[in-house]
Amino acid sequence: FVTSETSSAPMMNLFMEPASEASSGPMVDLLMDPASDDLKEPPKPDINPLADIINDAPLSEVKTPVAAMTQEPPSDLFDDEPSELFAEPRQSNTAKQQQTSIFDEPDEDLFSEPLGEALKKPQNDVFKEALAPVAKDPTDIFTEEAITTLPSAVSTVSVNSKTNGVHSDEEEPDIFAEATVELSLDSPRNDRKKKEAAKPSASASAPSVSASASKPQPKTLEELIIAFHSTGDGMNAYMAYKVSTQTTLPMFRSKTFTVRRRFSDFLGLYEKLSDKHTLNGYIVPPPPEKSIMGMTKVKVGKEDNSSAEFVERRRAALERYLQRVVFHPSLLQDPDVREFLERDDMPRAHNTQALSGAGFLKMINRATDSLSKMTIKMNESDVWFEEKLQEVEAEDQQLRKLHIMVDSLVGHRKELSVNTGGFAKSVAMLGSSEDNTALSRALSQLAEVEDKMEQLHQEQAASDSFCFAELLADYIRLLGSVRASFDQRMKTWQRWQDAQNMLQKKRETEAKLLWANKPDKLQQAKDDITEWEAKVTQYERDFDRVSATVRKEVLRFEKEKARDFKKQIIKYLESLLQSQQQLIKYWEAFLPEAKAIA
Amino acid sequence: NTGNEWGTEEPLKEEVTGLAVNVDLQTDATLQVDISDALSERDKVKFTVHTKSTLPNFKQNEFSVVRQHEEFIWLHDSFVENEEYAGYIIPPAPPRPDFDASREKLQKLGEGEGSMTKEEFTKMKQELEAEYLAIFKKTVAMHEVFLCRVAAHPVLRKDMNFHVFLEYNQDLSVRGKNKREKMEDFFKNVVKSADGVLVAGVKDVDDFFEHEKTFLLEYHNRVKDASSKSDRMIRSHKSAADDINRIASTLYTLGTQDSTDVCKFFLKVSELFEKTRKIEARVAADEDLKLADLLKYYLRESQAAKDLLYRRGRALVDYENANKALDKARAKNKDVLQAETSQQVCCQKFEKISESAKQELIDFKTRRVAAFRKNLVELAELELKHAKGNLQLLQSCVGVLKGDT
Repeated sequence: FVTSETSSAPMMNLFMEPASEASSGPMVDLLMDPASDDLKEPPKPDINPLADIINDAPLSEVKTPVAAMTQEPPSDLFDDEPSELFAEPRQSNTAKQQQTSIFDEPDEDLFSEPLGEALKKPQNDVFKEALAPVAKDPTDIFTEEAITTLPSAVSTVSVNSKTNGVHSDEEEPDIFAEATVELSLDSPRNDRKKKEAAKPSASASAPSVSASASKPQPKTLEELIIAFHSTGDGMNAYMAYKVSTQTTLPMFRSKTFTVRRRFSDFLGLYEKLSDKHTLNGYIVPPPPEKSIMGMTKVKVGKEDNSSAEFVERRRAALERYLQRVVFHPSLLQDPDVREFLERDDMPRAHNTQALSGAGFLKMINRATDSLSKMTIKMNESDVWFEEKLQEVEAEDQQLRKLHIMVDSLVGHRKELSVNTGGFAKSVAMLGSSEDNTALSRALSQLAEVEDKMEQLHQEQAASDSFCFAELLADYIRLLGSVRASFDQRMKTWQRWQDAQNMLQKKRETEAKLLWANKPDKLQQAKDDITEWEAKVTQYERDFDRVSATVRKEVLRFEKEKARDFKKQIIKYLESLLQSQQQLIKYWEAFLPEAKAIA
Repeated sequence: NTGNEWGTEEPLKEEVTGLAVNVDLQTDATLQVDISDALSERDKVKFTVHTKSTLPNFKQNEFSVVRQHEEFIWLHDSFVENEEYAGYIIPPAPPRPDFDASREKLQKLGEGEGSMTKEEFTKMKQELEAEYLAIFKKTVAMHEVFLCRVAAHPVLRKDMNFHVFLEYNQDLSVRGKNKREKMEDFFKNVVKSADGVLVAGVKDVDDFFEHEKTFLLEYHNRVKDASSKSDRMIRSHKSAADDINRIASTLYTLGTQDSTDVCKFFLKVSELFEKTRKIEARVAADEDLKLADLLKYYLRESQAAKDLLYRRGRALVDYENANKALDKARAKNKDVLQAETSQQVCCQKFEKISESAKQELIDFKTRRVAAFRKNLVELAELELKHAKGNLQLLQSCVGVLKGDT
């Protein structure tokens, strides 16, 4: 699963998965028959991305793989089937045109842009920074990053974990300063800092991923990091999220690129994907909900902890959302996904009202309701589905319960933090009025210890929230999608049944007409029968196909879930561990002071 | 003695009586008092007061009686009202045993029994019972401390009422104050505090007492603040521990739904949280004992010290007034003898109080420093012990979980 700091890990997961869906063939249009067969064969044998990584090798050091990476001929990326990339029917003409133009002059546009033009074309800064090194020599990126990886990975971790912890953000305060300022956008400094932060963590995972396979063959990787900054001012302000991708997948135009997206864009992506794929039984990961309260607070410029927390939480949730989408081998092939990641200028997604917080929940609930309301006793030939659905529902219930409790824990820990701080102050006061010097000193030391505990509890609460609670929230949403896919299957079955009934009716009509001897209408009836026979066959096939997809998806989902939970919870436990270690340090320092009282 | 449920190595008594009393007090063989047993009944607690003494005043060398809270209060009040003891810090009365909160929680739990699983219910019940027991132990400790302080005081230990309290094995028929008496008390307090303000305003010639007055005033207020803040902090801590308890339960339910890898994982984590929760609860309980109770006790003792200063101040004012009256009488040459006697009485009273007060206040300081030292050291040691225990649990669990994946 995911956090901002090491988007590495999920990416590692990406490639550890025995991907039967492995496909480097980005060209398959998902709109066509999504028979999984297509996806299985890698069209290009020399780029066999995931097949290599099927063995579940554990994460190893960062250093060695870099060497492997650098050997990769960069040419692949740019030379590879460029025509195919743009051959597929693009959604919009403008897009096509843009792309062709970019394709024609891939390097010039981007590199000719001066860095200083931040206000006009913000993306280009980033592009330049991102791609300039690439143009020179792709190996440079990796060597450079390799060197910086180890030390900065540590610092990245700490920076980003602080980001998680809301307070003491080095990078982020700049962002918030911009919250109510007009179009400050990214100062190059900020950009660079972010890229720097983004890159090491990106490459930290990249090498480690290939390390796991430990083969000289280049692995196709996909990295996603989302940083954010705000734009606009006042109530018109909105958060723009910088989505940075690093990849060696040939279907993308470049290896690293960054785009800006708004929250509604994410929702729009979900809608598109859902429209296309849910009806085929795919489990489409859902994005985080809209939150009017949260965003309003941020817009109004309320610079307190809760809005900082909200923003960070949303950013991390969006990052995880995208990473899940990208991790899904079928969804990754969807051109909408590619467009989302790559395209500089996306049309605004306006019809995301349905995906407001309440609307989204309603949608999920409707799906589940319709499922339960179905009075049709489905002739379940495969009891697996029935059992699975029950499991899913039971789990959903438990996860919701758990989430409430973890939220309660977060609340109490925050409260504990505040109260500890209050106590620390009053102990300090007590110490200052105490007239025995040794005791006075000890009391002020105690006050310091309690002060540090306040900090510790605060961090712990953040960890509770970001590591644990968010994980649960994600999976509650995901389970909603799972149920939706089961619902889809039911619908397909229903459609098949309806078609069969209709066919039966048509046959009866034909029989009636034969008996009534009306030859003119007979032909029509016969045509109808043929039509419906075809439909019945089609729908039955659909049902089988969707069933198979659902089953596969569920299995994949369960594996991913197991991995996610394990990883996140271990991470959470490790944070608890660290807290205890800190605690021990503090009290060990205090003990001699207490003993010194005389 | 009430059994030690927490499973610590330290015997219960030392843990609680070491509270605010110097450990030395227990080694005086001439008079040793303790509460050897206690029984919690519906709305009252019965303490078994056990005495060991070599003093000739008592009929036997060792004996026990059963006392209730009201009888402790009676004893305390009799000290306060005794003019002879005006110059001493009267050991503060123990607070009334208060199980109301705990009882309420148990009741709520009973009402909500239908809405939770059997395991959850038993768990919560155990929790509340443990809480009840902890409160019970605390109240026993506080009553015991009061008796020990009296027994350790060179003058108070000889008090007649005290001996009756210890020895008379019938009910002392001390009824709780009725409404009228409570109102009287209330007014007395109002008068006293108003008076106290006046008296406090009088500047003392003696530097020692002047300093003590200022010091105690400030100290008392700050201890009050620290005490309430520590209570709040510990309450949050307990709530967090309760949450972890519930999380452990739910994880357990999740883990028992299947036998997949992830379910086994949940079970292990649930087990871990169960154990860490116990430790967290223990930490909160220890903080309560070593920190919160310490502060509460010194809140009461500093008030008792303030009361002493008040009495001395009152005596001083009386003395000064008597002087003025004497001067007036001499000037008018009327009732001089009367004024002289009155002045002498006031003078003696004031000097007697001043003399013992000084020693009392010095002793108070020594006791306070020793008590703080003891409790802070023990607090730090316990915090360390629990943190290390917690750490070990977490480390071993993480090790196992990582090894599994």
